Amino acid sequence: MSLALSFICVLVISVVGYFFGRLRIAATDGSVRRHSRAVYHGLNTALTAFVPATALFLAYMMVRQVALKSDGFTLPEGMDVGVPWVVLALSLAGAILALARISPEYRARNAAERWILVLLIFSASIAIFTTVGIVMSMLLETGNFFSQYSWKEFFFGVTWAPDFRGDSELGILPLLWGTLYISLIALVVAVPIGLFAAIYLSEYAGPKIRAVAKPLIEVLAGIPTIVYGLFALITVGPMLRDYFAQPMGLGESGSSVMTAGLVMGVMLIPFVSSLSDDIINAVPQAMRDGSLGLGATKSETIKQVVVPAALPGIVGAILLAASRAIGETMIVVLGAGAAAAQFKSGVGAVVNPFEAMTTITVKIVSQLTGDTDFAAPETLVAFALGLTLFVFTLGLNVLALYVVRKYREQYE
Amino acid sequence: MTDANMSKSGAVPVPRKSLLQPDARTKRRNSAEARFRAYGLAAVGIGVLALVMLLVSIVGTGSGAFKQTYLTIPVHLNEAKLDKKGDRELANLKKVTTIGYAGVLKTSLNDFLAQEGIEIDGLSDKDAGKIISKEAAATVRNAVLADPDLIGTTQDFTLLANGRIDGYYKGRVTMDSAELDGNVTPEQLMLADALKERGLLKTKFNWAFLIAPDASDQRPEAAGLGVAILGSIYMMLTVLILAPVIGVAASIYLEEFAPKNRWTDIIEVNISNLAAVPSIVFGILGLAIFINFAGMRASAPIVGGLVLTLMTLPTIIIATRAALKAVPPSIRDAGLGLGASKMQSVMHHVLPLAAPGILTGTIIGLAQALGETAPLLLIGMVAFVREYPAAWSPESGLFGEPSTALPVQVFNWTQRADPAFVERASGAIIVLLIFLVAMNAVAVMLRRRFERRW
Repeated sequence: MSLALSFICVLVISVVGYFFGRLRIAATDGSVRRHSRAVYHGLNTALTAFVPATALFLAYMMVRQVALKSDGFTLPEGMDVGVPWVVLALSLAGAILALARISPEYRARNAAERWILVLLIFSASIAIFTTVGIVMSMLLETGNFFSQYSWKEFFFGVTWAPDFRGDSELGILPLLWGTLYISLIALVVAVPIGLFAAIYLSEYAGPKIRAVAKPLIEVLAGIPTIVYGLFALITVGPMLRDYFAQPMGLGESGSSVMTAGLVMGVMLIPFVSSLSDDIINAVPQAMRDGSLGLGATKSETIKQVVVPAALPGIVGAILLAASRAIGETMIVVLGAGAAAAQFKSGVGAVVNPFEAMTTITVKIVSQLTGDTDFAAPETLVAFALGLTLFVFTLGLNVLALYVVRKYREQYE
Repeated sequence: MTDANMSKSGAVPVPRKSLLQPDARTKRRNSAEARFRAYGLAAVGIGVLALVMLLVSIVGTGSGAFKQTYLTIPVHLNEAKLDKKGDRELANLKKVTTIGYAGVLKTSLNDFLAQEGIEIDGLSDKDAGKIISKEAAATVRNAVLADPDLIGTTQDFTLLANGRIDGYYKGRVTMDSAELDGNVTPEQLMLADALKERGLLKTKFNWAFLIAPDASDQRPEAAGLGVAILGSIYMMLTVLILAPVIGVAASIYLEEFAPKNRWTDIIEVNISNLAAVPSIVFGILGLAIFINFAGMRASAPIVGGLVLTLMTLPTIIIATRAALKAVPPSIRDAGLGLGASKMQSVMHHVLPLAAPGILTGTIIGLAQALGETAPLLLIGMVAFVREYPAAWSPESGLFGEPSTALPVQVFNWTQRADPAFVERASGAIIVLLIFLVAMNAVAVMLRRRFERRW
């Protein structure tokens, strides 16, 4: 019997168990008051047959894959034959046990609800499993990478030149520079525009303008990043090249730091503006009234009262936007280019915003697509890059939460 | 000098402050106010302008993908070329490749041109044949294999014109650019014009773009979204089945049952962090766990669906918890007071009342998943797939056959050399945006219709 078949049997037993449970309680003495309705007797039988057997099934699948992948640890012979029968037996035993306990006094509702709670807890834990999965998968492969490539050269190397024939130079600094540079430009675009838009919409705009402009700006947030990427590739890139880079003699490339940064800035505008909007609206009206009553103009009130009061929230929003920018992939894949910053060719090439430059996310994509050899450091480096990215964004998110919690004024 | 001095001398007029006549400082402050307001308006304007530019640029380049130039000519299916033995045996017919059919098409076209009296100076027979797409030979071949009796007859076929000819009618190729282009000559364009005058060359709505599978680098005119749309549908079905169930169950536990302890704290912090993890990290997770560890097949929609499920879970959980929170405690208390168990009051009363909010959150999560590209690149959905994936097959299981997805197809096309693919990519984005707008419209409608405020 195969594992899949045993699982199908478990499902069948559960469904049949449900109806048997209902039948059995219906057959009991009707004159005695029943504690639970028939449906709970059925449900309890089904879940008692289903939950433990499925848990065993899933656990065995996990162990089996681990054994398959690791060298030192193998399962004893015959497990693949034996376990399906155990799963089946467990399911049957559960069904029979539950059926045997059915009587008018039996608290089937409480028993069934305990099983449901188990399922709910399992669902809630999936978030934990996901995080553990992310961290574990990246840590393991990063460990493999560092056993083949020195971590010092990875973190402090100034050249990125992967070569699948060997002898690669895999320094993260050029990629980190590209990532931070593009994110910086994106923030320089998004923060003032997003902030001013939020201020205008929450403090100045009448209900009519607000009703039109706010959803329009929020549409920007719902557009997939691949659309922004294409926009960068076919419109913004060539435009910047023809009107700025070439006349100024700064470069010939359509994909550049500026292209990716500008487009990413546009993507982040709604992010900054809607977060700031919420925060500005949370500043109590009494503070504005106080300032206006003392003779300040509206803009003075905003600059000197509202924004300072909302500052922790705004800083939090900016940090979240920065984390978004650092982790953004498609815009930089299509807009920023594939060549890493060349630290060795001087400062000019590295700070020129019209030069093509690449980022951590772009390199994760390029090292992991196509034919990949999971033993080569050139592939494994992607996991080290991913882990670095994960740590960076996690740090920014935690920092953002911390800033918001610590410095938030409580107006109650 | 004081005010008293001034009034005594009488020479200098007293600077009186008036509410009607603003002094310099007030003027300055007022203009600062106006400027500040203008900055705000400008910021909103820039945001809206960016949206408009984005849409205009995409729709402008992409709308061409929905029209395609077709050529209708009589093709003489020459028996000597297509069935040398003359026995109509399918195995033998299959031996004739598309190259053989391309030859037949070329001859037929040139014979037809001679018969119609269309002559273009300096156009060789070979070049004339090139105005037909390379895909056309496959079209004719499939028609012949489906019905071998066609051999030897002359049939009217409506065939794809070459991508450059198509580009000529969409303004991408001009007589001047054709001079410089190695793939098309001005004479070929003149021939196309001559055929168009006779009504044999037509630009029609391009159904094939929505249905046909992808095509290779040399034949952009034949590339379609069929496989990508199918793959996206499979993935969305996976997400639709898994994400709401798990997400709602998790939210019910966290919102209604979870005790306040360290474990639930960890789960909560985890979920808010997962919501902000870059999507590409989920791709790495999918590659490491589902493909490398669990041994699932790369490029399979089921893997994509699972990755996107994990990615949308935080969105759905956050929306669901907000919806559950919005249901007033009186509902729960009333249920409990009437003797329902906690589970009953939640499942029978709180959950149905929170359903509209949950549904809206789910649809928004789905829309997000539909447009997501980066994680799918890592799990191998960029592969060139021409076969329509089956929903189920004995070898690869449910949603297990290789496929691509809409946003990945866009990326794929941007990586091709021929500029005609840019038009296709933008067209694919229009399709994607139509799906997204429809989903969001449903979400907004649901919210308007069913949202309740207590």
